[in-house]
Amino acid sequence: MGVKRWLEAWPVYRQLTGTDPLGRGKAAQSARSAGLAPRTEGADRVADSVCPYCAVGCAQRVYVKDERVVQIEGNPDSPISRGRLCPKGSASKQLVTGPHRERKVRYRPPYGTEWQDLDLDTAMDMVADRVLAARRKGWQDTDEAGRKLRRTMGIASLGGATLDNEENYLIKKLFTALGALQVENQARI
Amino acid sequence: MGSNMAEAHPVGFQWVMEAKARGARVIHIDPRFTRTSAHADQHVTLRAGTDIAFLGGVINHILSQGLDFREYVRAYTNASFLLSEDYRDTEDLDGLFSGYDPHTGAYDTASWTYESVQAAEHPSHQDMEQSAPYRHGAAGPTVEGTDRDIAADPSLAHPRCVFQVLKRHYARYTPEMVERICGVPRELFLDVCRAWTANSGRKHTTALVYSVGWTQHSVGAQYIRAGAIVQLLLGNIGRPGGGIYALRGHASIQGSTDIPTLFNLLPGYLPMPDTGHEDLAAYVDAIGPHHAKGYWGHADAYTVSLLKEYWGEAATAENDYCFDYLPRINGDHGTYRTVMDMVEGKVSGYFLLGQNPAVGSAHGRLQRLGMANLDWLVVRDITMIESATFWKDAPEIETGEIAADRCRTEVFFFPAAAHVEKSGTFTQTQRMLQWRDQAVEPAGDQRSELWFFHQLGRRLKEKLAGSADERDRPLLDLAWDYRMEGDEPDPADVLRHINGIDLATGRTVGGYTDLKADGSTSCGCWIYSGVYADEVNQARRRRPRFEQGPYDAEWGWTWPMNRRVLYNRASADPEGRPWSERKALIWWDEEKAEWTGNDVPDFERTKPPHYRPPDGASGPEALRGDDAFIMMTDGKAWLFAPSGVVDGPLPTHYEPHESPVRNLLYGQQGNPVRKVYGRPDNPSNPAPPEAHGEVFPYVFTAARLTEHHTAGGMSRQLPYLAELQPELFVEVSPELAAERGLVHLDWAHVITSRTAVEARVCVTDRMAPLRIDGRTVHQVWMPYHWGNTGLVTGDVVNDLIGVVADPNVLIQESKVLTCDVRPGRRPRGPALLEYVRDYRRRAGITPETGTRIMTAGEGDGPPHTEPGPPQESP
Repeated sequence: MGVKRWLEAWPVYRQLTGTDPLGRGKAAQSARSAGLAPRTEGADRVADSVCPYCAVGCAQRVYVKDERVVQIEGNPDSPISRGRLCPKGSASKQLVTGPHRERKVRYRPPYGTEWQDLDLDTAMDMVADRVLAARRKGWQDTDEAGRKLRRTMGIASLGGATLDNEENYLIKKLFTALGALQVENQARI
Repeated sequence: MGSNMAEAHPVGFQWVMEAKARGARVIHIDPRFTRTSAHADQHVTLRAGTDIAFLGGVINHILSQGLDFREYVRAYTNASFLLSEDYRDTEDLDGLFSGYDPHTGAYDTASWTYESVQAAEHPSHQDMEQSAPYRHGAAGPTVEGTDRDIAADPSLAHPRCVFQVLKRHYARYTPEMVERICGVPRELFLDVCRAWTANSGRKHTTALVYSVGWTQHSVGAQYIRAGAIVQLLLGNIGRPGGGIYALRGHASIQGSTDIPTLFNLLPGYLPMPDTGHEDLAAYVDAIGPHHAKGYWGHADAYTVSLLKEYWGEAATAENDYCFDYLPRINGDHGTYRTVMDMVEGKVSGYFLLGQNPAVGSAHGRLQRLGMANLDWLVVRDITMIESATFWKDAPEIETGEIAADRCRTEVFFFPAAAHVEKSGTFTQTQRMLQWRDQAVEPAGDQRSELWFFHQLGRRLKEKLAGSADERDRPLLDLAWDYRMEGDEPDPADVLRHINGIDLATGRTVGGYTDLKADGSTSCGCWIYSGVYADEVNQARRRRPRFEQGPYDAEWGWTWPMNRRVLYNRASADPEGRPWSERKALIWWDEEKAEWTGNDVPDFERTKPPHYRPPDGASGPEALRGDDAFIMMTDGKAWLFAPSGVVDGPLPTHYEPHESPVRNLLYGQQGNPVRKVYGRPDNPSNPAPPEAHGEVFPYVFTAARLTEHHTAGGMSRQLPYLAELQPELFVEVSPELAAERGLVHLDWAHVITSRTAVEARVCVTDRMAPLRIDGRTVHQVWMPYHWGNTGLVTGDVVNDLIGVVADPNVLIQESKVLTCDVRPGRRPRGPALLEYVRDYRRRAGITPETGTRIMTAGEGDGPPHTEPGPPQESP
């Protein structure tokens, strides 16, 4: 190792002579850190997204490699957030990729003490049957004065503030057609 | 006020800091010294639940000192309108307004109208609930006639004009009274008044920010009304740097209000029809009759276009566009009512869609007992939440109230797709829709709600195919044929249909002014019309902020019509000139004969400032050139609300349902119209004039932390966030710690008549004790994000809270109640029930406690109780 290379391996020397007088960039790099690349660099694509937590609406960039989310960052282009994310928004990669994510339908029969497996198609069919039965059970044609009600009080729903507008639209539309009106979400709390 | 913005909306708070860096003074008024207070120029501690007293004091200061922005007030508010001679104020009736019926606990609002206006027929008592504002959508009930028919005194001197009534109503909200009620020293209070008024007017504006610290009260809607009155008197509405900002707490909670999954609304704040709406004509006549002034005058176009989107070709002029297919409401069908109905076995099935009421709703125990008494429950979430597993690990398992092998509820858990696994729009807190592109496919059985509900609808239609039952027609005729991507509807196509389509050309309409009442257009949500104008997804626009002007008009899309400031006509004077150059937003361009400026004008583009409507005009045509408040049927902002608010035309300080003190302003203690749900399983702590309030001597309030999210389903499972805030805690002052023997970092438990929860003690001077009318009042604060699943667990703070609601919007009072605090952990198992029962016994609590809601005058109003199951079995 020559003297020059030996000297240049010394961060203080690089800090004093190089382009990084504050010692927060290249001057502080070791050979290992110089060889590191951010996860974002090797991404196959980047999707424009929005933070799923509070209602500020911070813009996110979702980095995808091999069809998996590898990083989520703030988008500096956003006039709302200017690239910033709070601790929750910054943790949203864990939110979408963590081991807490359930992948399979779970079923607990009446009086059951444990979860059971159930395939998605069967579960959907069972829910459809139960919706029709509950709708029938709670059906009201008219009130006591004979005024039209055309509704069921047998079905209720709660939630929507974490969902997309398009989803809320179909939820309200379907429940309304079913005559189910006890449809509520977080806006009531 | 009522917001810890730095904590709960940290990235939005950068703009407050930006304003501060440019010289703005930031004042934070809140019971607790928080992260927001730390960055403010000034923090004002007030007792939780007394904001109206404080704001009433500000209004009194403005009016008694003549500090209102008189030209603005005269031109744009209803200050000059005269009220009916029948109107009686709280000044006359010991805290009640005219029209109160102690037996129904409701007002007949007929006397709150303007003079010379034909009052609608008086509703009979059984119709009272039907006149509730949650039945009116956003329009509110209409005021009959135009402003020409309303008697007015432009000098604002007539004793019955709104301005003078306002003055009298707030005259007793003096700085001394503010000090006695709120615990805010009068000099500090006056300092806030001076700052607020000095920073308002022609050249200055003040912004007001609130969050659920304002809404979650038994007088929540009136809190916001009080803030609005201050901002209107000072000319801070519709102007740059002014306004009232509701900071909302979920990514699309604004969207789920606009496109409501709410019982009382249809999309775009059209009310859900009720039993009084026999047909489409009656419905339209009730919400926006043709002769009404303003944009609700086109309610027929919005409604018919919605029905055309719902039922497509089946909706024709001959069949009233299938109006008859809509179910009818006839009362309170809010989530708390429904949960009580579950407890009583009246509800069979329940869907939970990304919401966790076992932790996140008030009275968690009632929520869980309700869920344990269903035929079936469907939970859709990205992770296993407490509301899905209550049958095996609810706190009631430990107390013996729920046992898995005795719980009949059949539970389905469907894993949901996360926000990066589907495309669609969120509407953020300033009404901006932002589109997300799908990044990856969901795994396994994970599906979006779009897939789930489309599938469910398809399967239901198949199962009912061929049915001759008339009640199945709405489902069989439902238009359910969106463009598909694989087996899932294309969300962009759903957004197109929300935007609205010209059915002749099949192309999207440009905005709600294109909608027709003749069945030639369809539109899923009229206020969102324009989001897909020109067949372009406007919500997907991402023009970088570096490349556009101060209002960033090409980032996302804001309803209505991509307008960033609502009612921005008020940013110009009646002649159409900006009030001042530095506060210019839109103005009338005389040469081009149109409104122009930095924002999309919230006004007809070519209507000149001096326009006066011809006789017989209706709808937008009837708006004068200076009627800035274009959605109101009189074109004016309402200082006094002649209709549409059930608990009074003017905000009035009432003590919270549970309060340690007597109302110092009136004999009427609490909101006389609040919903108390007086049942054995929903007990209240006593409050004056009831006895034994000393058993629960402290004021309790709860809120969020930055590092967790609501009921914790999206945060307690994440290692980063769990590590940042690992444990539930309770903040108490050093004085209270000394009084109760609480030790920093040791255990303590908080007790109400519902239950007791335990937490680590955090002794801090952030919770300063207050001097309230000569005595010390301690306040206690807790975050509420914990439950029994996840990486970090803890007791459910919402279990402490009972169900008492604002009568306008049926939101629970969870921001203020009373409690006791004791050192050590709470008792466990059945001993916990006995422990709380003992507290109830000592406080003399019965189902009637807290339900005698009328205390004015003689104060012997009846209790408002209802039958319910007994308190508890063991």
